[in-house]
Amino acid sequence: MSDKVLLDYGSGGRASQRLISELFLKYLGNDELNRLNDAAELSVSGRVAMSTDSFTVDPIFFPGGNIGSLAVHGTVNDVAMMGAIPRYITCAYIIEEGLPMDDLERIVSAMGEAVKTAGVTVVSGDTKVVPKGAVDKIFINTTGIGDIIVDPAPSGDAARSGDAVLISGTIGDHGLTVLGTREGLDFEAKVESDSAALNHLLVKLVRELPEVHVLRDPTRGGLATTLNEITTSSNVCCELDENSIPVKPEVKGGCSILGLDPLYLANEGKFLCVLPEAHAEKALEIMRADPLGKDACRIGTMTDANPGKVVMLTQLGGKRLLGMLEGEQLPRIC
Amino acid sequence: MSLEFLQKFRDPDMCRKILDKMESELDRDLRFMEVCGTHTVAIFQSGLRSLLPERIVHLSGPGCPVCVTHESEVNAFLDLAGRAGIIMATFGDLMRVPGDGGRNLKKATADGARVKVVYSPFDTLKLAKENPGDLVIFIGVGFETTAPTIAATMKMAREQGVDNLRILCFHKTVPPALDALLSDEAINIDGFILPGHVSAIIGVKPYDFIAEKYSKSAVVTGFEPLDILQSLMQMIDWRKKGEAHVVNNYTRIVGANGNQKALEIMYEVFEPADALWRGIGLIPGSGLEIRPEWEQFDAKKEFGIVIKDCPPLKGCKCGDILKGIKQPNECPLFGKACTPANPVGPCMVSTEGSCAAYYKYKLD
Ligand code: SF4
Repeated sequence: MSDKVLLDYGSGGRASQRLISELFLKYLGNDELNRLNDAAELSVSGRVAMSTDSFTVDPIFFPGGNIGSLAVHGTVNDVAMMGAIPRYITCAYIIEEGLPMDDLERIVSAMGEAVKTAGVTVVSGDTKVVPKGAVDKIFINTTGIGDIIVDPAPSGDAARSGDAVLISGTIGDHGLTVLGTREGLDFEAKVESDSAALNHLLVKLVRELPEVHVLRDPTRGGLATTLNEITTSSNVCCELDENSIPVKPEVKGGCSILGLDPLYLANEGKFLCVLPEAHAEKALEIMRADPLGKDACRIGTMTDANPGKVVMLTQLGGKRLLGMLEGEQLPRIC
Repeated sequence: MSLEFLQKFRDPDMCRKILDKMESELDRDLRFMEVCGTHTVAIFQSGLRSLLPERIVHLSGPGCPVCVTHESEVNAFLDLAGRAGIIMATFGDLMRVPGDGGRNLKKATADGARVKVVYSPFDTLKLAKENPGDLVIFIGVGFETTAPTIAATMKMAREQGVDNLRILCFHKTVPPALDALLSDEAINIDGFILPGHVSAIIGVKPYDFIAEKYSKSAVVTGFEPLDILQSLMQMIDWRKKGEAHVVNNYTRIVGANGNQKALEIMYEVFEPADALWRGIGLIPGSGLEIRPEWEQFDAKKEFGIVIKDCPPLKGCKCGDILKGIKQPNECPLFGKACTPANPVGPCMVSTEGSCAAYYKYKLD
């Protein structure tokens, strides 16, 4: 294969076949995918969760991962947040002509690793190569499907007054890493994305505690926006305790330099869990027993004080509103 | 400065003590203005706003650089964005600032204008070098805090022979604006929380006139809750005693004389000039212009841009808010026609603007 991705590789002809067999099957292959049929034959029955997402992250490589692993983690996590065991995944690559073949290989191999760790099977895929400038380097779409194992499935509108609000770890790591890498900013202390597949931990959690009301991963828009979505759909108030929200010192530092708020930064390896007070301790115990949840803690309580709103109890004991993110976060002037 | 060190200035017990003392010692309303938008946000974000005694009337002043950027200045940079061969460079805050006809830089980008958000003025130098066939125009908005770095960038550009960088200079200086506010009879302010960042450059002396000429107090203040509370408490004490002082409480960052080197470089490149402030109007000597010796960088000269006064946006009360005459929720458009998603005035668009802070953080 040439050292750069050429338009030929998307032609559907021999070059495409070579790309698929020498690269994609090498890292993602399995009995079903290797058959290279027009569609996959799967046996699915009962209640399933399905989710799709397109990944357009810039830069495509960042400390802690790349667009390939991210595309798996994002979708696997979305399926798992429904109280489901993710089983199958599909992926569609849209590649800009001229992308170095080495870069593509790094991406596909990271995807292969991520799939293995998550324990899901890639059953269908697609590759398109588009002329230079038509996309920015590479876009990946993934779709995932899994069996729902709890009834009712956790849902954004199921939070109730009195529920405990838990987070599985520190926030803002992914968002600050991507932004810092994109802008070539050198932070004093190194930050790294938290991108990870949370399905094993989530499955353990819902198996032991099917009473969980809401599971959500606070990706774009961050913790603040996700909590606002939950309080709006459930018509409850979330009272957050600022002191207990875990943020790594290096993320705090980076944010204060740029005038950003970690509460609005994206996360790719964390989840929010809202469940009845009585199960909060047990949930934390389960989360903390897993390396991906070792920093799990309780950050607040759902109440009926200000329905639809997120209220922050500050370190000083004051109260303020924590609104949704409006557009993207932009660094400030001074 | 380490975060552990800063934590000392957030100590809840100490804060509580001062708050209690304030509550017992305030014998009448105290109207204080925090000049700088960063203070406005700090007061809301820390929850101080909900804890301060009701008798403390908290006013946000003209210290958010985006908010005071005049309509005519906004239109000037929006007119340049999208022209062939031009790359506009700006800090992020300006992307959503509305100009006439609802234009803004975000929309201009979607229409094909080349606009680059930079994190430091020095980035513009790199941008100019990377795009030798284009003219890179940096939108120079801000106070004494940003002007010296821009001056340094211009010096570097000259040394390195970079000839495709221009500055659209809309810089403003803080002390003349406070003088203008204090001389306005309609404005009633007991004391100022002075901007820490600006003072790091200019020091404390330029504010002495506040006590000498107007018998009001002012305290250069840091951005942590204890910084703010201590400064307020001092002003309460002084007022009771009938005294007025200008002091520096932010000694961990601000020296009495500021940063002489930064000032030197700033005045080597810029000279004081009259400037138009949004909502306030013309304030003599409150702007910075590029000196004739540096006019090779002056985008205003090159493109014949004239900043002229124009009627304010219909219904927008930004002027009264910047002057401390009204609170954001007293504007008829607040939260209705004017929200962060659809800002009418700049006080709503800038993250440090008082309307945006009110909208974003205020619970009731
Ligand atoms: S609410 Fe909007 S229109 Fe009213 S003063 Fe603030 S920015 Fe201007």
